[in-house]
Amino acid sequence: MATTAETFQGHAESHDHAHDHDHKPGFFARWFMSTNHKDIGTLYLIFAIFAGVVGGAISGIMRAELAEPGIQYLQWWTGFLGGNGADFNEALHLWNVLITAHGLIMVFFMVMPAVIGGFGNWFVPIMIGAPDMAFPRMNNISFWLTVAGFCSLMISPFVPGGTGNGAGVGWTVYAPLSTYGAQGPAMDFAIFALHLAGAASIMGAINFITTIFNMRAPGMTLHKMPLFVWSVLVTAFLLLLALPVLAAAITMLLTDRNFGTTFFDPAGGGDPILYQHLFWFFGHPEVYIMILPGFGIISQIVATFSKKPVFGYLGMAYAMVAIGVVGFIVWAHHMYTTGLDVNTKMYFTAATMVIAVPTGVKIFSWIATMWGGSLEFKSPMVWALGFIFLFTVGGVTGVVLANGGVDDNLHDTYYVVAHFHYVLSLGAVTALFAGFYYWFPKMSGRMYSEVLAHVHFWVFFVGVNLIFFPMHFLGLQGMPRRYPDYALAYTHWNEVSTFGYKIMAVSVFLFFLNVIYAFVAGKKAEGNYWGEGATTLEWTLSSPPPFHQFETLPVIEDAPAH
Amino acid sequence: MNLGELARNRAMALKTGALALALAVMPQAVLAQDAAEAGDAAAAAAPAVEAVARMAPTPGKGMPTDGGIFFQNQYSPIGDYAIWMHDAVLMPVITVITLLVLLLLLFVIVRFNRRSNPTPSKTSHNTLIEVIWTLVPVLILVGIAVPSIDLLAKQYKSPPADALTVKITGNQWFWTYSYPDNGEVEFDSKMLNEPNGPIINAGVRVVGTDPSDGPGQLEVDNRLVLPVGEPIRLQVTASDVIHSFAVPSLWFKLDAVPGRLNEKMLFIKEPGVYYGQCSELCGVKHGYMPIAVEALPRKEFDAWLLSQGGTLAKADAKAKTEPAAAGDEAAEAAPAEQAEQEAAAPAA
Repeated sequence: MATTAETFQGHAESHDHAHDHDHKPGFFARWFMSTNHKDIGTLYLIFAIFAGVVGGAISGIMRAELAEPGIQYLQWWTGFLGGNGADFNEALHLWNVLITAHGLIMVFFMVMPAVIGGFGNWFVPIMIGAPDMAFPRMNNISFWLTVAGFCSLMISPFVPGGTGNGAGVGWTVYAPLSTYGAQGPAMDFAIFALHLAGAASIMGAINFITTIFNMRAPGMTLHKMPLFVWSVLVTAFLLLLALPVLAAAITMLLTDRNFGTTFFDPAGGGDPILYQHLFWFFGHPEVYIMILPGFGIISQIVATFSKKPVFGYLGMAYAMVAIGVVGFIVWAHHMYTTGLDVNTKMYFTAATMVIAVPTGVKIFSWIATMWGGSLEFKSPMVWALGFIFLFTVGGVTGVVLANGGVDDNLHDTYYVVAHFHYVLSLGAVTALFAGFYYWFPKMSGRMYSEVLAHVHFWVFFVGVNLIFFPMHFLGLQGMPRRYPDYALAYTHWNEVSTFGYKIMAVSVFLFFLNVIYAFVAGKKAEGNYWGEGATTLEWTLSSPPPFHQFETLPVIEDAPAH
Repeated sequence: MNLGELARNRAMALKTGALALALAVMPQAVLAQDAAEAGDAAAAAAPAVEAVARMAPTPGKGMPTDGGIFFQNQYSPIGDYAIWMHDAVLMPVITVITLLVLLLLLFVIVRFNRRSNPTPSKTSHNTLIEVIWTLVPVLILVGIAVPSIDLLAKQYKSPPADALTVKITGNQWFWTYSYPDNGEVEFDSKMLNEPNGPIINAGVRVVGTDPSDGPGQLEVDNRLVLPVGEPIRLQVTASDVIHSFAVPSLWFKLDAVPGRLNEKMLFIKEPGVYYGQCSELCGVKHGYMPIAVEALPRKEFDAWLLSQGGTLAKADAKAKTEPAAAGDEAAEAAPAEQAEQEAAAPAA
């Protein structure tokens, strides 16, 4: 794989140093035409952090608006964004644009690029002892298509979308609100953003599957792969099978909108519910796409800081496979109120609850890994412990929602918002920060401030719980999702939630402060700065690893590598 | 004319008499009926609702409460069952599981940290415990699934053939209610405007200008009026995009999908005003199309229906529009008619 990069910049350096393993191309060739998995991983991480700040800022606007009943700030924001600030309807439309943008950005341009594009690219090849990804150039275009998709999504709020600028349909893009219910090009830009991001993810998935199946070092059997690699492998299969269905669904949206087809229009024989089936056939595996790599990261961290191998390695790996498989046959639990017939609803209730079993296996295995261990509470471990608890809270409310009869009241209320933010905002994002603190010195060669990382954790933990736990109460009381305004009775818990957002926002500043500290004053990181517990292959390399690692393939001994 | 039809006609004559009596004591309703005949049923409905005194909601009943942390009180049998399912089955299970995980984490943190346990064990397998923590959750989930499936089956019970049918249509951004078997009763229901707020619905009054008004953002100009103590067939659809008809205190939520007619039974236990809100993103004013259900005892409901220019006999309306089918349905419909007559007569 190294040859690809070398031939590419061969003319820049006419005399080839065969013994110099670490020569890097010039700035433009290195970062804009990159074929190096670590550089692409870095690009993905920077991109994900940027998108996360945008998506997080949008949620800040939303929380500010929801702090009190009534519409306080939306009209100002419509004026600020170039709309007609005096028009109340445009302000309400802006709300829908914000919820749409927040959802799409966080799902497609923050969590997915960070866990799969970022950490996956960086560490899957290293952990299996490969020099690079199987298709380095495809890796590059995956990244730039994601950026292009983000640009398309960012254009959307500034072009006409009916009542005002932007597409206000929610991240689920339900027809017919997204077909004849949304005039103007804003919706098309948003849909096209999904096409681009989807194509990028499909290529990424092909790349990971090929890499993991074909480029493992001698002795690295499938059952010796670190669990993070397993998690990315399962995720890649989910992406490969789910995203084409999304692509089909949103292409049908485009033709319904622009070319006179009526796939989802009952007036022409179509059915709006068909779109929901297609969307959620993708959408449910999508939530596992976001969380599975997080599971992998947590497994690595828990094992490292317990100084023990992962408990029940095979059970852990196949629990992820089981979650992936079952994740494909539970999609209609997102559609309990659409008028499903009773047998369908019973099936999806039962099937959905089955997922709790492998998820429970993972939770208990993490605890069993720590059991008898010699725990060291370095910042990644603290984040991982936080993850296990928060994910449990989000998981058990999922069991409540799985019951079709109970979901009849909770569907589309803030209870659902609380549930999926506990598993994603508090689950996946906590796993992301855990992974970031675990691997940041490996990637950058610099240690961050351990104290600041702990403070970051506690401020974040308090903040996000204050934001999202009261949402359970709001949902039980019946407050619907996607409302810019609410009845007076909902005021109290919304105030608390907005207060929590302020605390969470402080934690984000602490995070950036820590990154700046690491680059400015951070100590140089050793190759294996976590010590004896860190046993995977990335710890055999320097920090940061050489530009091309494993030019001589490592040979894996019989000792378990997880 | 077969026998069934004869019986039907006689019943109709009786009912017409009752109707006339009812109208005599309600002069305003007569006006309403004239207006309804003039064509615009929606416009006529507004003054007519005032004819039968509009019920003032009980604070805290059928609506969210300040700082509430739990489900709204339930006023339907299915709500009682579901809330039992949630309170007695799900909440204890998830609370215990969460606390168990928390306790295990705390124990591990205290007992197996670097100071108290400097030498880590090398245990990485224990088949027995792995089987246990796979099977025990399976058993717990089966325990949850049994009442859950039963709850679903009960929720899908069909209303009897003679149940009152109400058609609910979601529009951007208001609801239309019609009583297809009870004459030409059809009206729109729009949110009342907020005092000092921007006008959401032009021509609609401000909330609080009538003593019967409930909370802002939940109260509407024309409530959906339903009888208590009997199964009601609600048919939900939409005219433009998807909406969702939801009333939390009646444990009812059903999407209004254009091109589909979703049907579900509703049973309201006691009179009251129950509020809900559109629960599927439907565009700009999604947050401003609430639902208000006014549940009345059957007698008052009938009086209200008549005041709207409606008829009481469901089967009669059918006989007019589908004469061919009337013979077949007569036998089935007759008892229902009798019940309705009995209900109507004292009202007069």
